[in-house]
Amino acid sequence: MIEKMILYLQYPFVRYALIVGVLIALCSSLLGVTLVLKRFSFIGDGLSHVAFGAISIAAVLNLTNEMLLVLPVTIISAVLLLRTGQNAKIRGDAAIAMISVGAMAFGYLLMNIFSTSSNLSGDICSTLFGSTSILTLTTKEVWLCTVLSLAVVIIFILFYNKIFAVTFDETFAKAVGTKADHYNLLIALIIAIIIVLAMNLVGSLLISALIIFPALSAMRLFHSFRSVTLFSALLSVVCAFSGIVISILAGTPVGSTIVAVDVAAFAICYAAERIRGSRA
Amino acid sequence: MALLTIQELSLGYESHAIVEGLNFAVNEGDYLCIVGENGSGKTTLMKTLLHLQEPVSGRIVIGEGLKKNEIGYLPQQTLVQRDFPASVSEIVLSGCQARSGLRPFYSAQEKQLAQENMQRMGISSLARRCYRELSGGQQQRVLLARALCATRRILLLDEPVAGLDPWVTAEMYQLITELNQEGVTIIMISHDIEAAVRYASHILHISSASVFFGTRAEYLESEVGKLFLMQQKGSEM
Ligand SMILES: Nc1ncnc2c1ncn2[C@@H]1O[C@H](COP(=O)(O)OP(=O)(O)OP(=O)(O)O)[C@@H](O)[C@H]1O
Ligand SMILES: [Mg+2]
Repeated sequence: MIEKMILYLQYPFVRYALIVGVLIALCSSLLGVTLVLKRFSFIGDGLSHVAFGAISIAAVLNLTNEMLLVLPVTIISAVLLLRTGQNAKIRGDAAIAMISVGAMAFGYLLMNIFSTSSNLSGDICSTLFGSTSILTLTTKEVWLCTVLSLAVVIIFILFYNKIFAVTFDETFAKAVGTKADHYNLLIALIIAIIIVLAMNLVGSLLISALIIFPALSAMRLFHSFRSVTLFSALLSVVCAFSGIVISILAGTPVGSTIVAVDVAAFAICYAAERIRGSRA
Repeated sequence: MALLTIQELSLGYESHAIVEGLNFAVNEGDYLCIVGENGSGKTTLMKTLLHLQEPVSGRIVIGEGLKKNEIGYLPQQTLVQRDFPASVSEIVLSGCQARSGLRPFYSAQEKQLAQENMQRMGISSLARRCYRELSGGQQQRVLLARALCATRRILLLDEPVAGLDPWVTAEMYQLITELNQEGVTIIMISHDIEAAVRYASHILHISSASVFFGTRAEYLESEVGKLFLMQQKGSEM
């Protein structure tokens, strides 16, 4: 087993997959706490569907670099979704359901009508559930992922205190002069980048899992914002790493294996909380 | 010039006014108590003073070099979700937000300030505890310590004693009075008219029929004041 792993590690594509996978997992866990607490968990879902629609359009237009279309579209949708979440004319969740299901249907329709690919359902399946594409990354894609992930991590660290203030009590933050709207926008921007990044890893249907499970697990065990954030980042990285390794060794799909490991980790944390609770 | 001057202020939601024609001034060191029935617009007034919402018409003039971020605030209820993981010290420190501006991390001075304010409110021993596991009175102290981190000049308190038992209530009033004596200007909403006329220097009484503003002594002499005091006493018996 270990020999097999060492053998695999000689291949650059395996190393790339591990690097990118770990970085993406790290990023996506950072904002998990904020999203869960602001009741934005569903935004991940909505945005990933939008990204799916954008990918379909990029495919139809035969764009060589689909990121150029997918990233801006996702960012704009993230901003719009957060906006509607604030003024309660259309309820946030209803707006998200509308946009996401619409984008999804539209994307599938486009792909069906215009697709030149011979393996259409295979293409779509890999966009939805994550593909083996993480194992076929080019160096350019690895660099792009690395730069974007590092950017997310740095922005998060720099704005950590503001993000806490705005998440914990937006009214107070506004009252004492914090530009809460700016930071909400920033949060939306980071989410959008994370979604687009994570599409490569786990596909659009499983992204929310990657964002939410580490945060929920950490919240079982820790009670300060900082420890929850740190632990969920650690947990997410460990889960992604072992998920990728398992999937390579066992030949299972990468995305769903990672999510399965995340779910297992949540179950363990939940059990640990219960045990601790019954002892206390 | 006064710290805050309110001129012909009308407030409400979506250009529908709830209260009209407010005129009053708050000077440095005042202790203003805002009283009135449920739904009369006290919280709305406070939110308007904090620029959390636009006035329907009229002006709020900020004087004596008071900066917008020198106002501390204790909300009526903080809608903190049941499972929010935040320690007491993290929350108190977040009150320094306004001072730190765009600087990403808190300075040693700000951490020191948070420590002092926790001590002041008697919650130092709770510093590492999780906020949501605290009692209502302890939570109020945490939020007051946070507000004190934001400013030493003017505090806006929205029903700071709601839901507290009589002993903790008395302690809370004591703390607020001490702060006022140290020079912090206080604007407090309260349903406790007895406490209002005991501690406050000025009273603002809001109701749909009329608005009263004056010193405590003037309020005790006024028709509204006498009536309201009598009703409150009546309902307590
Ligand atoms: N977001 C809102 N949109 C529209 N109307 C509102 C909103 N919030 C409050 N109101 C209305 O404004 C009026 C004043 O509300 P406000 O919260 O200021 O009352 P209050 O004096 O603070 O009452 P209480 O003593 O119960 O705290 C009420 O009639 C209320 O229904
Ligand atoms: Mg109120």
